[in-house]
Amino acid sequence: MARRPEAIAVLGRAVRTPRGAVGLVIAGLVILVAAIGPAVAPYSTTEFVTAPFARASSAAWLGGDVLGRDVLSRTLNGGWELLAMAAVATALGVVVGAVLGVAAAYYGRWWDSIIMRAVDVILAFPQLVFALLLVSILGPKIWLIVLAVAISHAPQVARVARAAALDISERDFVKAMQILGIPGRRIIRKDVLPNLTSVLMVEIGLRLTYSMLVIAGLSFLGFGLQPPSASWGLMINENRVGLIAEPWGVLMPAILIALFTIGVNTFTDSVARASLGVGGRATEPDAELALVAREVT
Amino acid sequence: MAAPSENIPVAAPAEHIPAAKRPAEDGTPRLAVENLRIVMPASRRRPEADVVDQVSFTVQPGHVLGLVGESGSGKTTVALALLGLVKRGLAIGGGKVLIDGRDILALSEHELQKLRGRTVAYVPQDPGSALNPVLKVGTQLREVFAIHGGDAERLTQVMAEAGLEDPGPILASYPHQLSGGQQQRVALAMAFACRPRLIVLDEPTTGLDVTTQRRVLDTVRGLCRTYQVAAVYISHDLAVVAEIADHVAVLYSGRLIEIGAASELFSHPAHPYTRGLMRAVPSMESSHELLGMAGSPPRPGNRPAGCSFRPRCEFAVAECELREPAAVAVSDTGHAAKCVRALEVIALSGTALLARDRAVPPAAEPVLTISGVSVSYTNKPVLRDVNLDVGAKKSVAIVGMSGSGKTTLARCVVGLHRDWTGTITFDGAQLPPGVRGRTQDQLRKIQFVAQNPYSSLNPRQTIGQIIGNPLTHFSKVPARERDKRIGDALTSVALRESFAARYPDELSGGERQRVALARALVVDPELLVCDEITSALDVSVQAAIVELLLRLQAERGLSLLFITHNLPLVRSIADDVTVISAGQVCERGPVTQVLTAPQQPYTQQLIADVPGLEHAG
Amino acid sequence: MTTATEAPERVGPPSKAARPHPIRDLLIKRSLIGILTLILVSILVFAATQTLPGNAASAVLQNTATPQRLHALEVQLGLTRPAVEQYWTWLTGVLHGNFGKSLANGQPVGTLVGGRILNSLVLVVLAGVIGTLIGVGLGVLAAARRDSVFDHVLSVTSLAITALPEFVVAVVLVIFFAAVVIHWFPAVSVFVPGTAPWSNPRELVLPVATLVIVVVPYVFRMMRASMIDALESDYVQMARLKGVPRWRVLLFHALPNAIAPTIQVIGLTFLYLAGGVVVVEYLFNYPGLGQALVSAVSDRDIPQIQAIVLVLAAFYIAVNILTDVIALAVSPRRRLPRS
Repeated sequence: MARRPEAIAVLGRAVRTPRGAVGLVIAGLVILVAAIGPAVAPYSTTEFVTAPFARASSAAWLGGDVLGRDVLSRTLNGGWELLAMAAVATALGVVVGAVLGVAAAYYGRWWDSIIMRAVDVILAFPQLVFALLLVSILGPKIWLIVLAVAISHAPQVARVARAAALDISERDFVKAMQILGIPGRRIIRKDVLPNLTSVLMVEIGLRLTYSMLVIAGLSFLGFGLQPPSASWGLMINENRVGLIAEPWGVLMPAILIALFTIGVNTFTDSVARASLGVGGRATEPDAELALVAREVT
Repeated sequence: MAAPSENIPVAAPAEHIPAAKRPAEDGTPRLAVENLRIVMPASRRRPEADVVDQVSFTVQPGHVLGLVGESGSGKTTVALALLGLVKRGLAIGGGKVLIDGRDILALSEHELQKLRGRTVAYVPQDPGSALNPVLKVGTQLREVFAIHGGDAERLTQVMAEAGLEDPGPILASYPHQLSGGQQQRVALAMAFACRPRLIVLDEPTTGLDVTTQRRVLDTVRGLCRTYQVAAVYISHDLAVVAEIADHVAVLYSGRLIEIGAASELFSHPAHPYTRGLMRAVPSMESSHELLGMAGSPPRPGNRPAGCSFRPRCEFAVAECELREPAAVAVSDTGHAAKCVRALEVIALSGTALLARDRAVPPAAEPVLTISGVSVSYTNKPVLRDVNLDVGAKKSVAIVGMSGSGKTTLARCVVGLHRDWTGTITFDGAQLPPGVRGRTQDQLRKIQFVAQNPYSSLNPRQTIGQIIGNPLTHFSKVPARERDKRIGDALTSVALRESFAARYPDELSGGERQRVALARALVVDPELLVCDEITSALDVSVQAAIVELLLRLQAERGLSLLFITHNLPLVRSIADDVTVISAGQVCERGPVTQVLTAPQQPYTQQLIADVPGLEHAG
Repeated sequence: MTTATEAPERVGPPSKAARPHPIRDLLIKRSLIGILTLILVSILVFAATQTLPGNAASAVLQNTATPQRLHALEVQLGLTRPAVEQYWTWLTGVLHGNFGKSLANGQPVGTLVGGRILNSLVLVVLAGVIGTLIGVGLGVLAAARRDSVFDHVLSVTSLAITALPEFVVAVVLVIFFAAVVIHWFPAVSVFVPGTAPWSNPRELVLPVATLVIVVVPYVFRMMRASMIDALESDYVQMARLKGVPRWRVLLFHALPNAIAPTIQVIGLTFLYLAGGVVVVEYLFNYPGLGQALVSAVSDRDIPQIQAIVLVLAAFYIAVNILTDVIALAVSPRRRLPRS
């Protein structure tokens, strides 16, 4: 009987742990809210329904925002773009990074140096600043933000992928393939990549969290979606002024962003622990160490 | 079990001990272990499972007890328990460990801490990892004195006793700057520093070369005798135990199945398992058939009813399944075994093992010729002008200690290492240095099996796919034919065809190594290069693999290049042997000649230092 | 006691003449690479801001651009000269401390930016040091009491906090301590650039606290994980078997080993702070580099953006070098190879 693909097996195990289940549920809830929000919002995002910073009432369940628009409706609408951008930026960054990292590991020497130098250059700024730099030139365009975030992820993913691929390349079963004279590309595809699955899955989770944080941060600073569109980061900034009078305008989007990132982070943590068993090498302390080391960078 | 026979004080017959070394006759053994039981506590998923049970033995001052067992036997667990330590996830389930009459298992952590290092000391298996890498050696040695008392003079004395004549530089170094032998001597110095009453040595010579090992053993024996220290020496290497132990206890699946004086136990084993072990150990004296034991030891929680060894035992009878056997005394010198048929087993031990002379294949052109091969890594020469032939259908062993360059040589032959000068000729044609220049034929005819069974198989592929990889690469066979050949490959290494659907992590080390062999042989090579393929395996598993290899070689007319550091194994497996030291060929020739009448001093020293079962007692 | 003595092996520290200087060598090598990287970064920054479509002139003029005014401004800004020449002029200017003039208010960028560097540095250093100390302390404690309630609570909490964006943390702090629940600290700082940041410590509290809260979980988790790793090691087991008391094992055997991987994380913490400071300064209206960057980006003030990004990149590279050097210093195994 064929074994299920490793990715599915690991995810299955992760979901069965308390951390995994909780993380998945929380993140899933937020995704749900963002996805169906626009369909169930009572008002549109631009309608003026009450006084600025009015308290919660039957007309506006969460009160009014800085211009008197319905906080609830704007919140329900303000998530999907953010999430979509984060998802695309993550996917792009991880794919590019993984390809570069594996190539650098396997082909060694020249490729390795070139790729790692490029990585160093991009890693010489904080992600946020890199995105800001690009935005300052070309303006706050959606595709630009996604691209900027993806580019800033790629180096880190490349580093991780390279380290993992190097580790695998050293193992005897890869050498067993090399002895037969099998060309490098095939070995990468058939032997090295499948063993990178769990490493990459964890990276996806970590990068997704970061994407969300950077994109929401940009939005907060006013460089994401522009007013009058609703976006959680932007809402937090707009409604800050009236925090004392009407906190929901700030709290609601903040809570949703926080829940999403916490949920994804928790789930990713459980995936990392679950991936220990498969092809199992590390003992618990080792793996925890490796995970934390990756999370921070 | 409360059978009194288990607590026979194991004192050697008085007339065999020179007068100066006669132990104190007061009758209280220095160490007495009574019914030790260590368990994995019950959890949600399974009930309590014992790792070690009903282990009892005693040791007198100045005596060494060898505790022998293969992997999974629980010997390290027992060793740590002698210091009152249990690993995370385990717990003491019962029994006593009495040192000078005092049960240390009943002590508090604080009292235990005062005991450790002072009354009981431990010598670790891997001193490289047992010494703190960020603290200087001197700091770590002086720490023992700081805790237990002692001074600088004692330090110098202890180091000299351990064989470290010039202590200054060593004390100022970090552990990684010392050689393996020096590290182990530091560990010995730390252990003997406070003149402990009991010392526990956990495979301390694993990883050391034969000569260093010999010296360490001599040092240990000497120190024990001088200071009347009782010692427990744990090992899986029977020959080493034979050299150093006065008495031997054999552990199997957490139970002590035989105990007795070393000379007696090794020459006349009374338990089928011990007997099986004896028949698996290769000897320098003669080339004999190595017999492995089918199956593997049961895991904790998975023991069969009755005797743990019954499923693998050729002497098993109906009674063996009913209950765990009680100890049976087979002599009046304290030799006992837990087997209902112990007396029969011991009677059989007179039969010698089949001496087997290898058939000399007809002389022919050598299939592989290595001449003038040299390798150097950035100014350091690794191999220098190596010359070597592998005759057709012959097996040639390459013997050397770690760092001698033998693995590099193997990798050059196989194409994994490209930077070498000289010529390697295979089947009459010169081999290009790396894999890239070689023809398909050359690549197919030279195959390789690596040392580590745990990393040589792709964890993401099934066994069938793993064996099939070279097959599909070298020949385009239709699927049915391919599956048939994979099945044949599996049966030829004594694995069931159903293994093809399994994954590597479901297999034991020995089984994985068989798969690696099958993978190498499925494409019908002419030359098989084996790099220490049994070094990571237990002796009984090693025996089975080696015999399998020899049978396959005979069947298929293979030539074998067998790399190893184990000299006795060479006797059983090779026709010719080449001894390599520091990258150069020291001596080479037919095995019978080199091993019985070595010409070079290095070889002579090597052979003299090899431990042997014959030296027991 | 022994049989024939071994041939004397060279052991221990090599003689003075032959002793390598790994730390010095690393420092030199990394500095050179760092300078190279900085140059590459400057090229990237310059290329990004000067030669992409939508150049500085049109960015400044935006809607008021007519072809003549555009051209005039381009000549004035030197944009019509070849790119390489423009880069060279800029680079030499930078090396002399001349970063050009701000497009927003005409002031020399050097003075504008220079005054703020100290302010941001204070935030970064305070938050970094406090965060590191708390993180390391908690990490060691949690590892020592592994699987206790204390440990579980800390681990779960840090997992949650790690995921929060700084602005959320800042907003929560403002709600609690400044605006809604109690009113101890100001929600927004009012001090003028040019005055010393420590002249009014109450203004520093919330920004620093925000950064500390965001940073502590990383350091904590890494310290805990590497402490646990050290506590499970063979050498710690050996120390216990020698009879070394528990506290000594923790502090003198485990901790020195656990600190090395954590050094990397601490370095990364400071790097992270360089970016985190942007949002926090903006939110608290704190006059530092981050706030300046945000307004410069809104104003499309190219010279200021270039200057700030360069300063940040230099900081990044310096911290990286320092981290690598310290990591080498605490690791004798890498520092002193076998003779």
